[in-house]
Amino acid sequence: MSHDVGTWIAAILTLCVFSFLYRDNPLYRFAEHLFVGASAGYLLAVQYQNVLRPNVIEKLQRGQFLAIIPLVLGILILGRAWERTSGIARWSLAFYVGIYSGIAVPSYLQAQIFAQVADALKPFAPGWGAVSSALVLLGFLSVLAYFFFSAPHKGVHGIAARLGIWFLMVAFGASFGYTVMARVSLLIARMQFLMRDWIGILPGA
Amino acid sequence: MRFGPLVVTFLTGTTLIAIFFIPHHAAQETQSVILEWADVVYTFALILGSIALWMSHQKKVFQRAEGWFYSAVTLVALTGVTALGVVQGVSGTTLVGQIYDSVNAPLASTMFSLLAFFIASAAFRAFRARNVEATLLLVTAIVMMIGRVSIGEFVWSGFPPLTEWLLDVPNLAAKRAVAIGVGLGAVSTALKIILGIDRSYLGRA
Amino acid sequence: MAAEPNGFWRRVLAIDRRWIFVLIGVGTALPLLFPVNLPVTPSPRVQAAYNAIEAVPEGSLVLMSLDYEPDIMAELQPMSIAVLRHCFRRHLKPIILTLYPAGPRLVEMALAIASEAEGKRNYDDYVFLGYKSGNQAVVLGLGENIKGLFPRDFYGAATDTISLMKRANSFADFPLLINLSGSTIADYYIRIGASRYHRPMILGATAVMATDYYPYLSSGQILGLIGGMKGAAEYERLMGIVGDGRRGMDAQSLVHLIVVILVLLGNAALFATGGLKRRVGGGA
Repeated sequence: MSHDVGTWIAAILTLCVFSFLYRDNPLYRFAEHLFVGASAGYLLAVQYQNVLRPNVIEKLQRGQFLAIIPLVLGILILGRAWERTSGIARWSLAFYVGIYSGIAVPSYLQAQIFAQVADALKPFAPGWGAVSSALVLLGFLSVLAYFFFSAPHKGVHGIAARLGIWFLMVAFGASFGYTVMARVSLLIARMQFLMRDWIGILPGA
Repeated sequence: MRFGPLVVTFLTGTTLIAIFFIPHHAAQETQSVILEWADVVYTFALILGSIALWMSHQKKVFQRAEGWFYSAVTLVALTGVTALGVVQGVSGTTLVGQIYDSVNAPLASTMFSLLAFFIASAAFRAFRARNVEATLLLVTAIVMMIGRVSIGEFVWSGFPPLTEWLLDVPNLAAKRAVAIGVGLGAVSTALKIILGIDRSYLGRA
Repeated sequence: MAAEPNGFWRRVLAIDRRWIFVLIGVGTALPLLFPVNLPVTPSPRVQAAYNAIEAVPEGSLVLMSLDYEPDIMAELQPMSIAVLRHCFRRHLKPIILTLYPAGPRLVEMALAIASEAEGKRNYDDYVFLGYKSGNQAVVLGLGENIKGLFPRDFYGAATDTISLMKRANSFADFPLLINLSGSTIADYYIRIGASRYHRPMILGATAVMATDYYPYLSSGQILGLIGGMKGAAEYERLMGIVGDGRRGMDAQSLVHLIVVILVLLGNAALFATGGLKRRVGGGA
């Protein structure tokens, strides 16, 4: 068994959370609320050390007064906390939203639209690979047909949309299978922690 | 008081789009400075979130509402970790670092690992082959869950190549169409925001 | 009194979910206690990621962005350790950073394990730049001026005094980008690093995300994909090492079997109790 205080605290809190599987109880609620407070506090502390201190406080101390601009924008956004002052936060929101909207336009166009359309239009693979290539193109067009809601899904469009739904179902089935794998992996890791790092009964402990 | 922020959105958005096409170092430096300012605004947005968290839990504690003790735990954790992190720093050797290793990390991991149990329970109760589409989804998910783990090869040697084919053909086709759809949506939304057509981010008039 | 028709199946459908939880818990714990060591066969996409690192000339810099936190470290930490060890064995020089505030602790742990196993030292064989806030902004900045973004490394040393960093100015100096990520940060590296700056890139992602990146594999925007704990296990197999990825595969197999059996059982029960006919066929 581990003699490390930190490991014991981690193990006890882990068991508090797992107790929720039986039913909601005070131990779980304590752990849940502790998690919320500690996570928010940690995030604030990290952002202070990595953003506010070097980019605002230290710059102002060095006489780089341009740093007042982000400081003012930041303070304005705090106005959102109260109904009467919420309007002044619009300036900061406009600045932030404008920046990331501007970045999004060319990067999405280049990487997600043009590159993918170009790959969809490439020649089929040779031999039996042509069947798979044809299926990929068919699936791609039929899913696009499904997502086109400006025209009713009738006639040829309706048939294409139905085919698109089938391709989507296969894709979602694949995603579901992978999601199960992902969640189980997280559980395996917690079991390894409890049985290896805390109790010490696993091989390799 | 919305015209000014709309102008700010337009100017920042168009500036960032233009900088994408200008490789000159002055343009790239400008982009770096603007993005640094955005990061400061984001930090203040986190502070805003923490203020909201504080206010909601403080109300419960002062009014001795049901569960007020748990709210007090949240408030103590939030204040304590933030204060320690600001004063001492957040690296592994500090008290906040040790709190992170013993409290935050195990709680986060365990909360997510609960999903393994719930996904199994939900799959048992809700995953039904009610129609063609649901059957497709179910069959694909089962093939993926068996084929992508070590035991799949023992059950049937064809499982691994079948899972690869499902990922490389129907999954690829559907996800490509989804990626293009998302890209088109993102670009159109970004342009609507920059041009002032979509003003929802500014809140109520 | 005669037994109710389909009574057994109705009881199956009404089973308390806590019994399912017990089944999952036991299914996870037993293989860990009594490992069978089922073989792991690398998939083509993981092999492609491995080959991409094999193709980088010895002594080259590689940029590694390890972006995950404890909630998903189960899938990505084994991957990080295996990929780091591969880079070290190939005598590549990883420049490592993280875009997650809680990332540095995990990256330090991975580096400690990998560097000790391969006999590598900080500053001679790798540099850890630490955490930088900003996500997309940071990835954009990596394309222009890395030392401007990271004037100091994680341990406080000035980056312009570190010899390895003398040839690390921007994306252009790295023949390979490696991003191990549990979030949309992967999208930023693909859109910016791989597409805008045309850097060869391999991606490690959580299993939840992995299926979404097949279009980028097809288009060549990423060269290889390591998905989830299974992907980590496959990479460990290629490396000839046994880490938490491979150790978890027995449990993964058993729990997946249990889930599949539960799904089939639930559907069998529904058919047996006529539930499907009532809902679809409009029966009584």
